[in-house]
Amino acid sequence: MNETTSISTKEVDTPTTEHHAHPTGISRWLYTTNHKDIGSLYLIFSFVMLFIGGGMAFMIRAELFQPGLQFIEPEFFNQMTTMHGLIMVFGVVMPAFVGLANWMVPLMIGAPDMALPRMNNWSFWIMPFAFSILLSTLFMEGGGPNFGWTFYAPLSTTYAPPSTTFFIFGVHLMGLSSIMGAINIITTILNMRAPGMTLMKMPMFVWTWLITAFLLIAVMPVLAGAVTMMLMDIHFGTSFFNAAGGGDPVLFQHIFWFFGHPEVYIMILPAFGVVSQIIPAFARKPLFGYKSMVYATASIAILSFIVWAHHMFTVGLPAVAELFFMYSTMLIAIPTGVKVFNWVSTMFRGSMTFEAPMLFSVAFVVLFTIGGLSGLMLSIAPADFQYHDTYFVVAHFHYVLVPGAIFGIMAAVYYWMPKWSGFMYNEPLAKLHFWLSFIGLNLTFFPMHFLGLAGMPRRIPDYALQFADFNMITSVGAFLFGTTQLLFLYIVIQCARGKGEPAPQRPWEGAEGLEWSIPSPAPLHTFDTPPKVD
Amino acid sequence: MSQVHNSNVPNYYVPHQSKWPIIATVAVVAFIYGIASMLYSSKIGEASATPSWIMLFGLGLTVYMLYGWFSNVVQESQSGLYSPQLDKSFRLGMAWFIFSEVMFFAAFFGVLLYVRTLSIPWLGGEGAKGVSNLLWPNFTAHWPLLNTPDPELFPGPSATIPAWQIPFLNTVILVTSSFTLTLAHHALKKDERNKCTLWLLTTVILGIIFLGFQVFEYQEAYNHLQLTLSSGIYGSTFFLLTGFHGAHVTIGTIMLAVILVRIMKGHFSKQKHFGFEAAAWYWHFVDVVWLLLFTFVYVI
Repeated sequence: MNETTSISTKEVDTPTTEHHAHPTGISRWLYTTNHKDIGSLYLIFSFVMLFIGGGMAFMIRAELFQPGLQFIEPEFFNQMTTMHGLIMVFGVVMPAFVGLANWMVPLMIGAPDMALPRMNNWSFWIMPFAFSILLSTLFMEGGGPNFGWTFYAPLSTTYAPPSTTFFIFGVHLMGLSSIMGAINIITTILNMRAPGMTLMKMPMFVWTWLITAFLLIAVMPVLAGAVTMMLMDIHFGTSFFNAAGGGDPVLFQHIFWFFGHPEVYIMILPAFGVVSQIIPAFARKPLFGYKSMVYATASIAILSFIVWAHHMFTVGLPAVAELFFMYSTMLIAIPTGVKVFNWVSTMFRGSMTFEAPMLFSVAFVVLFTIGGLSGLMLSIAPADFQYHDTYFVVAHFHYVLVPGAIFGIMAAVYYWMPKWSGFMYNEPLAKLHFWLSFIGLNLTFFPMHFLGLAGMPRRIPDYALQFADFNMITSVGAFLFGTTQLLFLYIVIQCARGKGEPAPQRPWEGAEGLEWSIPSPAPLHTFDTPPKVD
Repeated sequence: MSQVHNSNVPNYYVPHQSKWPIIATVAVVAFIYGIASMLYSSKIGEASATPSWIMLFGLGLTVYMLYGWFSNVVQESQSGLYSPQLDKSFRLGMAWFIFSEVMFFAAFFGVLLYVRTLSIPWLGGEGAKGVSNLLWPNFTAHWPLLNTPDPELFPGPSATIPAWQIPFLNTVILVTSSFTLTLAHHALKKDERNKCTLWLLTTVILGIIFLGFQVFEYQEAYNHLQLTLSSGIYGSTFFLLTGFHGAHVTIGTIMLAVILVRIMKGHFSKQKHFGFEAAAWYWHFVDVVWLLLFTFVYVI
């Protein structure tokens, strides 16, 4: 224990003397407690996973380019759809938003760091290990998870490949990371705000993350419970999801979606926050209806706990349950409508300019609304009997996730990158990135609506001939969207390496908030003494 | 290096680097990966000793990490680096952690509720979904479920644990332990160290007695009642709920034992003793879970 004592004493003794030293090398990243370093780690991790998950989407779309089987076996196709979903949800969107929260929440509320800096490091470093375990299942005998990202029992229990055990523990690790990350964010927001920054003065991004963190703490343990019961059914002879012993496979779906529905809001609420920062900045007007924005976000979060069974309309729910979940789901359209109305009203009569963050944000408002409206169609229980498990569902959730969550992340990166790196990104290339992405994603996902309405089921490697044309268009769009992200990678690397105009303290004329009161690039330590907010 | 800036407590102490989180990551990942590999190799029928060594390495490293990290935090706290604002961060962190635990148990209670009130009656032919029960037409719904739909696959238990014997005794023990813990807290706030030690020691002993009774009850269930994990949904939910509760009592007892040692070493003050309070919150939470468990698993 001698080593321990000496190291701890060193840490105890030097809170201020070495406080501003810049650690270097690998230990900087392994031992860091700095919210900016950890934020960057999260963002880089998410970017790497984006290309892995995107590669899987490439394989899916290549296989579906034409009818018939051409490149991959159906068994492997199933693993690709499953892993693509898991990686994009847990490995890309969630860590990217946690990374943004790490970077921006302390800067936006005037805090010296996250509330629990060491736990912050722990939350991050679990992620690469968890995903290594998850990805390693692809190389195991019997293959990786092949039951869809929703891992319904009994596909994920009785009929699952042996590697499912690693999948389960991988989910446990991710859950651990998410819960600790969320506890850290919620504690930071509740306890670390600069004097004068009351809750109702917080930037919208901070508000959306406060609510998201609450959702995470509430539902990640439920996911942990679900995979634990799977594990016990597989290895210890229990019958939670087996009717032969008195359990019920549908029970799995209830537990999964009790987690899963708040989870989809976990992926979109921070994007709402990002867009609510960017649109006022480039419309040069304060956000329209700040208070209603806060209440709408909270309402969406609360409603998310009582709508889960709309994912299960066709499993044979009692009619009263179908009705309850149909109406509660439709209610969500109201607070969401309030938000869209507020964004549009913010832009109304604003002096708008369309730099890359604004382009992505405006596209977000339009395209997310399309995804929201198809969601409203899906919420109609009798109509859902037709749409369920078709490409219409795939179109719906990709419209809320790609131009929703992913565009939100891209908008945020362009908006705050000058603050992170100290340099402006290449605006013409960023605009090109936007337009190619915009065209690519609409080409990919819009035809999926028609395919779904015509009856093409999701999660299949082959399809009937009448679906061929739209599938080809979709695949071409997917290749365009995917390769365009290499351009994004190039722009980000160039900006991070300092190839560009030096960024001023506040590069956006209409931007408001504490994060623009510090130099660009943001120094390693900021707000050691809290600023005064009035 | 040696000057301590106690005269100038930082607004908010941010440790500039720490090796503990990465050690914690390696420890937890090794532990979990070891368990997963053990289960995986038994599933595919390839027995090997390596996974259990990985698991033990992870477990050992976890213990080392907990000891080292907490010692680090205790030292920082004792040298006066922690401002009241930081104290509040710890409080909020612990409170939200307990909320996450509440949701973890809520999922399992939800399972019990769903199975008892919805899916078993449906299996028995009741209600909107009852007509779909074609696989086991002779099955009749009842609770506790002693006869499963397929007794060949899942032979049901011969009887269940009666509520008003050991479980009731355990209820009395846990509720008492919450009281003794509160007495210890009051003694600490009045700086009556010996009294505090005594009541805390009583609490820890009560926790250990509770766990002893649980082990005895499990042996009864397995050896005499055929009540096992694989005896259908009753055994599944019974062991899931009592098992995770028991695991939490074990963790809580260890936490309180550590606090007991710290009290005896003279840590904590009348005003500042968050370590004590955190362990106490956790203990009360475990107690409340037991009361729900006693009601819904054993009595009703």
